[in-house]
Amino acid sequence: MDIGYMSDFLPTGIQLTYLIAASLFILGLKKLGSPATARQGNVVAAVGMLLAIVATMLDQQVLNYEMILLGLAIGSVLGAIAAYKVQMTEMPQMVGLLNGLGGAASALVAVAEFWRLLASSEVVPLDVNISMLLDVLIGGVTFTGSMLAFAKLQGLISGSPITFPLQQPFNASLLIAYLVGGAYLLTAPHNLPVFLGIVVVSLVLGVMFVIPIGGGDMPVVISLLNSFSGLAAAAAGFVVMNNMLIIAGALVGASGIILTEIMCKAMNRSLISVLFSAFGSGGAASGGAGAAGATDKTVRSIDPEEGAMMLGYARSVVIVPGYGMAVAQAQHNIRELADQLERMGVEVKYAIHPVAGRMPGHMNVLLAEANVPYEQLYDMDDINPQFDQTDVALVIGANDVVNPAARSDANSPIFGMPILEVDKAKQTIVIKRGMSTGFAGVDNDLFYKNKTTMLFGSAKDMVAKLVSEVKQL
Amino acid sequence: MTEALIAALFVFVLASFTGFEVINKVPPTLHTPLMSGSNAISGIAVLGAIVASGAREWNLSVILGLIAVILATVNVVGGFLVTDRMLQMFKKKANG
Repeated sequence: MDIGYMSDFLPTGIQLTYLIAASLFILGLKKLGSPATARQGNVVAAVGMLLAIVATMLDQQVLNYEMILLGLAIGSVLGAIAAYKVQMTEMPQMVGLLNGLGGAASALVAVAEFWRLLASSEVVPLDVNISMLLDVLIGGVTFTGSMLAFAKLQGLISGSPITFPLQQPFNASLLIAYLVGGAYLLTAPHNLPVFLGIVVVSLVLGVMFVIPIGGGDMPVVISLLNSFSGLAAAAAGFVVMNNMLIIAGALVGASGIILTEIMCKAMNRSLISVLFSAFGSGGAASGGAGAAGATDKTVRSIDPEEGAMMLGYARSVVIVPGYGMAVAQAQHNIRELADQLERMGVEVKYAIHPVAGRMPGHMNVLLAEANVPYEQLYDMDDINPQFDQTDVALVIGANDVVNPAARSDANSPIFGMPILEVDKAKQTIVIKRGMSTGFAGVDNDLFYKNKTTMLFGSAKDMVAKLVSEVKQL
Repeated sequence: MTEALIAALFVFVLASFTGFEVINKVPPTLHTPLMSGSNAISGIAVLGAIVASGAREWNLSVILGLIAVILATVNVVGGFLVTDRMLQMFKKKANG
């Protein structure tokens, strides 16, 4: 084929392919928003990605095919293995990890571009320079922040907030160092030590950003990091002036921000408070005080046999799962219990709090894994009016999201947070390992109510025992 | 170059608004798949990585670019596949 013709045609062809790919992303995301079309939407977005990658490989700057194809192959194999091996309970870590890799890739694009400009001693345009600095910051923060979130969720390090003296001044000085270094680089773009300093400061900022945030606030952090990974990709798009990266990055940035907002609303807390207040750090101390202060209040504890009788002879049961269910991997036993109860003519529903668990939609995924029909899952706003007519609310490993203090006690740290109103049910059974407090570190009045009975033990054991007891009814 | 920057800013802002409009009102059941699916899309950085590692001769830029290719591809492939795995479970229930 004629070379001259090809060199005209190719760039246009690549850009038009990008346009198609961007449209497929938007279409895919739209379809992801509805249960009936979600799976198709994911495939549509994946096709868009494939088109974009193939088009980029045809770029005339790209000569290093073998190595790039090798890199793509290695990445694909690793990604596929991870996707098929991961347990559904490990999904928050998985999302965190993948997020971090995306952020790292975006930051590396800026670093690679810096090196190319350094070697060629080209004049660095101001806009590229600013974009590189932003890309390194956002990508770096996404990378280390996500890795730290991964480590916390995986239990590699403690999930509780980590604070130290002068934390805020330290963070502020990091930020100032970044701004000063960045400003200097705008005047002297080829200064390697300062650039490396900027990279290091960005990475440290990512760590500092996630370190004071506790496990229960993870849904917010994961959503926010998701948004950052998109913004990092968009920043990389500004560095290499590629519309495809800018569009895809902006879409992801927007979706992450929407989720972040939903999560904050579900906790009745501002993003600022989630990020900077080290919520729940006083957990151990105030938990102890709560338990001590609780001596004048009585708790009614029952055994699985009694629990089974309450459930088996009820007309309606609402199951409220929380992070404890995920930890104990009790979702399959719960499904078994629900099946058994339904066979006995009990109406079973599940009530899902938006921030139950460690990421948006965590409970939904686990219950889906256990084949719970999603028509049985009720959002907070839909189920709350129904608790009045519910015979038994069965709370499994949830605590703060069912604490009535959020409604009644203006001094409680969780006051104002929308909760699942299980205390309005005729009876409440709480399955819990002990009397410890939830993530917010506050005592739960629900446990001391007359209508509430406690089943002490691990969620999995207790639900399994309930199943066998219910079978004998 | 500034003209290109302005055009790129237009693209960015308009795409952000599109994202807000398209994704708003997603039911809670789909929050996780939406997150992992959009997460896979953020692996679009792989395009930048491919361009960065495109040169024939070996230098640090190319090496960094290739590392970025691998990382971003894990993000893309892992993200889409795990989302599909999740959504498959959701679908199975709807039928049975």
